Amino acid sequence: MSIDAKIDLKDRFSEFFYRNLEVLKEGLPEHINNKREEAIENFQKKGIPHTRMEEYKYTDLNPAFEKEYRTYIQPKKIDFDLNDIFRCDVPELDTHVVLLLNGWYYQKKTPQKELPNGVIITSFREAANKYPEIVKKHYNQYADTEGESLAALNTAFAQDGVFIYVPKGQTMEKPVQIINLLMDEEDGMSQHRNLFVMEEGSQSSVIVCDHTLSQKNFLTNSVTEVFVGPNAHMDFVRIQNEHNGSTQVSNFYLNQERDSNVSANTITLHGGLIRNNYNLRLNGENCENQTLGLYLTDRGQHIDSYVMMDHAYPHGRSNQLFKGVLDDYATGAFNGRILVRQDAQKTEAFQANNNILLTDDARMNSKPQLVIYADDVKCSHGGTSGQLNDNAMFYLRSRGIPLKESRLLLMYAFAHEIIGQIKIKPLQDRIHELIEKRLRGELSRCNYCQMHCGDPGQN
Amino acid sequence: MLKIKNLHASIEGNEILKGVDLEVNKGEIHAIMGPNGSGKSSLASVLAGRDLFDVTQGEVIYEGKDLLEMAPEERAKEGIFLGFQYPVEIPGVSMMNFLKTAINEQRKHRGLEPMKSSDFLKMMREKKDLVEIDSNLTNRSVNEGFSGGEKKRNEIFQMAMLDPKLSILDETDSGLDIDALKIVANGVNKLKSNDTATIVITHYQRLLNYIVPDKVHVLYGGRIVKSGDKQLALELEEKGYDWLKKEAIE
Repeated sequence: MSIDAKIDLKDRFSEFFYRNLEVLKEGLPEHINNKREEAIENFQKKGIPHTRMEEYKYTDLNPAFEKEYRTYIQPKKIDFDLNDIFRCDVPELDTHVVLLLNGWYYQKKTPQKELPNGVIITSFREAANKYPEIVKKHYNQYADTEGESLAALNTAFAQDGVFIYVPKGQTMEKPVQIINLLMDEEDGMSQHRNLFVMEEGSQSSVIVCDHTLSQKNFLTNSVTEVFVGPNAHMDFVRIQNEHNGSTQVSNFYLNQERDSNVSANTITLHGGLIRNNYNLRLNGENCENQTLGLYLTDRGQHIDSYVMMDHAYPHGRSNQLFKGVLDDYATGAFNGRILVRQDAQKTEAFQANNNILLTDDARMNSKPQLVIYADDVKCSHGGTSGQLNDNAMFYLRSRGIPLKESRLLLMYAFAHEIIGQIKIKPLQDRIHELIEKRLRGELSRCNYCQMHCGDPGQN
Repeated sequence: MLKIKNLHASIEGNEILKGVDLEVNKGEIHAIMGPNGSGKSSLASVLAGRDLFDVTQGEVIYEGKDLLEMAPEERAKEGIFLGFQYPVEIPGVSMMNFLKTAINEQRKHRGLEPMKSSDFLKMMREKKDLVEIDSNLTNRSVNEGFSGGEKKRNEIFQMAMLDPKLSILDETDSGLDIDALKIVANGVNKLKSNDTATIVITHYQRLLNYIVPDKVHVLYGGRIVKSGDKQLALELEEKGYDWLKKEAIE
């Protein structure tokens, strides 16, 4: 690809932005809209990330961004009820379900909720107007729109998404479950924006599920900003299950205050090209963070996990563990950084990336990095890429377990280390099942998500 | 039951087994002894189907079938069990799931339905008592964090669960204290029947105080250089292996 093509691409987005600026601004208050123009200028400086940038060395997003998409700057009108075609089939999982259709909050059966204890679950759009004080305080405070051009692009175009607010000292009894659905008769691009504000001493859990419901090519460039106040606790689980014609860039920005505890667990079952950016800032003393990822890829899929764990204050503890099984000619990258700033004494930070490559053609680029400016810390990092353990394989087979089953058992065991950490029990059980199906090759090699296809009697 | 004829096997071009002959009949216990590096464990691995070894010559007939043609899992389904010298730790695979899968695969092979959970649990309880294995161990991942002795006991426990026709115990006694040794031996003796056979591979005679062999063989330099009855084991205990090494060279 020539340099000229890249300039064109950058300009194409800018031109589209200015042409539709009024539409973008419509219905949103000044404190959202006044970020747009600066953001598009920031985007202009770097454009779509390319492989000459260190952070994007192994993932070329340009082909995906070059395609023509319908851009959802207005919600798509559908004349049926989404709830009729989509139901989450995790039994016993009792959640506040929120649907996003092509990045727009879907209101029909999931109106905004304000729970008796003050918890708010609503659309980003609604919140921006109705709760300006909260939104103003946190919106665009954690996303790095100067460093990450795609976060800037999202900020320029942000119109809707999910807003969650948990007041001080409150506990959200049920998890919020956000289901991102992509569905259209033509190729589409979505740039939704989520904002979660979990105040001091609160407890919450959030589940995000990504699904594609039609066979078109989709591109998602989302930003989620999360503020977790002092002594608050949040569990976050994300299940990515999109078809192979989809591209997803997910920018997750987390700011943790003192004594807070966050676990974030991303399970990637399917997806064409996935780039997950995790920017995690431990912005107070004695924070704890666990960020885990599991990805199972085959054929031409590509997944790239980028993690920036920023220890800014003393006594922080963090653990990153990313594990992957790559089959066929799938490729992947892991770029994990731990930054321990000068003041962050007594930090304990660990990071590991382990991969199983099932074929000679599967490829993984793993780059764990440590940058430490404090002198009294305990840190480790490491990566492995290899085959299944021969001794273990032989042991299983010597007991009569066939080759294929033995492989499955070992892959399953490999994945278990991550799944076992999912804090929401019914979800953990369901993911166990999904992983098993996925490893057996029984899960959605077709274009639809397993949640509603196949067995009609399932629901 | 088992006939090994002129078996040669090598690993990465080095010949380890250089013409092993051995015949084991139903109801018999054979002990294979020999100094370190004589090929004892290699023989066990070749019989169980480890693909690290290339069989270059000879044949192994088991129950009238060509054993060397079979994959490891097929051998297991036909009733061969290898008790590992170094049992492998498999984090994330529970003992329960592992044994259930193994048993049901073997049942499938015999045209039987999968075992009912209640029957499976009942069988686990019975066999656990037999080898005096702690219940906690069977609730964990396969061999993960087990002590040396626990791992060996777990091998005998699996043997009891799988009910094999031919058991090959590769230095199951090594690293065991005398109490553990008795438990292991006791397990083997209880599982013995007129229809099954056992090959006990050991470096030391002491296991044979508890498991009485019908035949004792000495493997040296990749061949069986001497066979006899249990007296041979006592003789080895007394005189060591040097006299045999000399004899073998002459």
